[in-house]
Amino acid sequence: MDKPVNQKAWLLVLPVVVTVAFSAVIPLMTVVNYSVQDIFDPQTRYFVGTEWFQMVLENDRIWAALGRQLLFSLAVLLIQIPLGIGIALTMPKRGPWVSVCLILLALPLLVPWNVVGTIWQIFARPDIGLAGRLINELGFSYNYTRDPLDAWLTVLVMDVWHWTSLVVLLCYAGLQAIPDAFYQAARIDGASRFAVFRYIELPKLKGVLLIAVLLRFMDSFMIYAEPFVLTGGGPGSSTTFLSQLLTTMAVGQFDLGPAAAFSLIYFLIILLFSYVFYQAMANLGKAEK
Amino acid sequence: MARIQLDRLAHAYVANPGKPEDYALRRLDHVWEDGGAYALLGPSGCGKTTLLNIISGLLQPSEGRVLFDGRDVTALPPQQRNIAQVFQFPVIYDTMSVYDNLAFPLRNRKVPEATVRRRVQEVAEMLELSAVLHRPGRGLGAEGKQLISLGRGLVREDVAAILFDEPLTVIDPHLKWRLRGKLKEIHERLRPTMVYVTHDQTEALTFAEKVVVMYEGRVVQVGTPQELFENPAHTFVGYFIGSPGMNLLPVRVDGGAAVVDGQRIPLDPDTAAAGGRHPGRLELGIRPEFLQLGRAQTPDAVPVRITAVEDLGTAMLVTVTLGSHTLRVKLPEGGEVPAAEGWLSFPVRWTKLYADGQLIGQGGRHG
Amino acid sequence: MSLQLEGISKVVGKETWIDDISLELAPGSFNVLLGLTLAGKTTLMRLMAGLDRPDRGRILQNGRDVTDVPVRKRNVAMVYQQFINYPSMTVYANIASPLRIAGLPKKEIDRRVREEAERLHIAHLLDRLPGELSGGQQQRTAMARALVRDADLLLLDEPLVNLDYKLREELRAEMREIFARRRSVVVYATTDPTEALALGGRTAVLQAGRLIQYGPTLEVYHRPATEHVGYVFGEPPMNIVPGRLEGDILLGGTTRLPAPAHFRQLPAGSYRFGIRPNHLSITRRSSAELAVPAEVVVPEVNGSETYIHVRHHGVDWVIEQTGVHLLPIGSEIAMYLDPERLFAFDTDGRLVAAPTPLRAAVRSGGA
Repeated sequence: MDKPVNQKAWLLVLPVVVTVAFSAVIPLMTVVNYSVQDIFDPQTRYFVGTEWFQMVLENDRIWAALGRQLLFSLAVLLIQIPLGIGIALTMPKRGPWVSVCLILLALPLLVPWNVVGTIWQIFARPDIGLAGRLINELGFSYNYTRDPLDAWLTVLVMDVWHWTSLVVLLCYAGLQAIPDAFYQAARIDGASRFAVFRYIELPKLKGVLLIAVLLRFMDSFMIYAEPFVLTGGGPGSSTTFLSQLLTTMAVGQFDLGPAAAFSLIYFLIILLFSYVFYQAMANLGKAEK
Repeated sequence: MARIQLDRLAHAYVANPGKPEDYALRRLDHVWEDGGAYALLGPSGCGKTTLLNIISGLLQPSEGRVLFDGRDVTALPPQQRNIAQVFQFPVIYDTMSVYDNLAFPLRNRKVPEATVRRRVQEVAEMLELSAVLHRPGRGLGAEGKQLISLGRGLVREDVAAILFDEPLTVIDPHLKWRLRGKLKEIHERLRPTMVYVTHDQTEALTFAEKVVVMYEGRVVQVGTPQELFENPAHTFVGYFIGSPGMNLLPVRVDGGAAVVDGQRIPLDPDTAAAGGRHPGRLELGIRPEFLQLGRAQTPDAVPVRITAVEDLGTAMLVTVTLGSHTLRVKLPEGGEVPAAEGWLSFPVRWTKLYADGQLIGQGGRHG
Repeated sequence: MSLQLEGISKVVGKETWIDDISLELAPGSFNVLLGLTLAGKTTLMRLMAGLDRPDRGRILQNGRDVTDVPVRKRNVAMVYQQFINYPSMTVYANIASPLRIAGLPKKEIDRRVREEAERLHIAHLLDRLPGELSGGQQQRTAMARALVRDADLLLLDEPLVNLDYKLREELRAEMREIFARRRSVVVYATTDPTEALALGGRTAVLQAGRLIQYGPTLEVYHRPATEHVGYVFGEPPMNIVPGRLEGDILLGGTTRLPAPAHFRQLPAGSYRFGIRPNHLSITRRSSAELAVPAEVVVPEVNGSETYIHVRHHGVDWVIEQTGVHLLPIGSEIAMYLDPERLFAFDTDGRLVAAPTPLRAAVRSGGA
């Protein structure tokens, strides 16, 4: 629908434009600036062109972190999406328990992310943590500070606890939107519970699931606070994901140039994935018409 | 196909119903004969959808029983009652082809594939869907989707009844009669018991052999379209059926005639006698189609003033005033209408008398 | 205020939604936009209101070019199919909202709101919320809100289509009164030809985004410019039958009928003949009527009349017959028609001959 142009609207948007310019656009330009320079100190810098980009693409540590990151995001999706759908299916649609369930689900989402890390750090400690101690008592040798596998599992479980609710809430809203008549018709057709899920609920959740996958992928790909607080990237570098490595380079080592180049590449990867998802969603929307 | 009986059935959505108003469906006993085509006609909120859902098993009645061929099915869920239902807006399985949609109810019941193929092809041919059998279901228009819904009911050979909940709501208005005709054809060929819920009198009257008129949770009259039109048992039926509805005049009975604003309107002897006996509120009812309007005075005609004339193409609708009351007269196309004043005749055969809303005298059950 | 559309076109993507429409609406006129769904009625109304801009052409109000004027600045009110009211405001506040935005004094607002509510019979509901009202009452509220502004242009997009049959009838009967004596230009979109005839005024028939005919409603009804107008403007639609004129009329290759007087100046050749269902009969009503053999497909009883669907040499006809006639499917009957009632359209669908309407001395109310 094309509306007549109204110049006054620009004035209303101006404050936001200024804020976004200062908080996002200008810093981004600064990063681009740094990515092509070698910086020894604020006064001493040299233009080096694409040298940093080449270095980043040849850096073994960065590739290793990328591998770990992808594995992590994949695991997150494989666990959280089906689990989220499953929980959403069992939630009540009407009645007093609805509010209770929704509140319980929202709680993990409201906890500050570094606090999430802290909670799990203590909870999983093999000596005084409730879970850690219990697992060891049951006969399994569990120590997330020593064993890379244990560290991975702990980080995964923490993320599942933290973020599955988001998938649940999205799927729940999607399920609520399905008119009753579909369920009634399925009952009359004698469909089993699984058939109802496969032929009615899942197709109608397509749009919602795409959003859920996009959100979870992007968030997990950029994850920083929780694993950093929990494991600090260790043991060794077994749980060092991309954003942590980037932060170490930029803030720890003060390699601003390579860090800037790295962050631009990171940004571009996420942009690429988002674009692919957006196209998929748009095509889905068109197919439904 | 089955004979469906409703025994002392009533339903209230509230937990402890006290007054009649608490009931969405008031106490009713009714039989739907095997192979009949019925319509449940009534305004929104009259309880027709509640009744339909009780018959199909989607809703458990708070009182009474539902019997299929004498068997008590009140506690049985829909899938064990062998009914099929077509909803207000098309319900199809988006991911499946038309063929798979029609096959779905049979496959769920583990019917052998050869039988499935035969039944689906038979039903598709009846519904003229054979050409699109292998297209995705969601590609069809609203009419096609409703036919698929109907087809899913017809494929099952053991179906006891097919229920329709205002199925033409989403169909293009000028195409509605096509789907109506198809439903009628199916009924003529297969004679399933069909129950059709609607608020549209044209749909109800053209589809059904017997129409159940409902109002505020009660069944007001059951009859053929002709009976409902010619002999409405209740002023509500007179009002609800016919376009426009029946004219109603408050009258009192004196001798062999009804009297309103000093004018005498003749009644047949039975009706007049019944009217004389009733102390309550009396109303004279006559349909606009039966009134006769002329320029010249005829015996027993009443003088009226013409206030409006509408040319509806196939008929003329004339609004007249009789004393302080307004009446509407439906005349055939091109009929002669007096300019300002005329004489209105009430054929005795079509002049009905109602006491407190109920028909009395000739044709009525009371009096 | 007069409204003029000059060469309006609207193209969306690859589809032409409105194709070169020019229309002139007189001040205080009541105009019906008649057409099938997707004919472009809603699109055209949105262009008239200023919600969308035409890709080509101009819109003039009182001679002033308003094509670029945003809808807020044009004096327009609109009523939609879905009863759109502010859900959190009372009926009173809903109706008063446009007046409050216009900044009228409180006393004036109160007077006008109560007047309008009285006219639409919702004065007793002023304190309620829209959610507590029935569909008909909600739509009356929406209409009151649109009418109270006394806007120059009042647009109604199928406002009655979501109402129960009887409510639709009632509100329609009141429409004439509601719109009488207003200086606004009223545009009323509908797919229902009975509504167009009941409302009177002038009718514009749209087909696939094109304006086919515009004129006084009865004239468009009796002299449809094209086959499509004849088809759309009838319920059931006009029967259109291909045939030839060779001195006599030849239908289906075998049935011969003498040509009527109004066909005399037509050259011999292929034509498409039209006849309205109510001009056909299964009994001979006059000596001018001639028999055409046909096979019954399905009869539909509508209370006071029966729609008999028949087939003659592969062409489907519909007969509207008074009374109840349950003819068996497949039976052979004779269909009687008077050739004087036939329309003739050329092979492109344009009208070449129309019968004189059966009209006696009629005073038409509210043209």
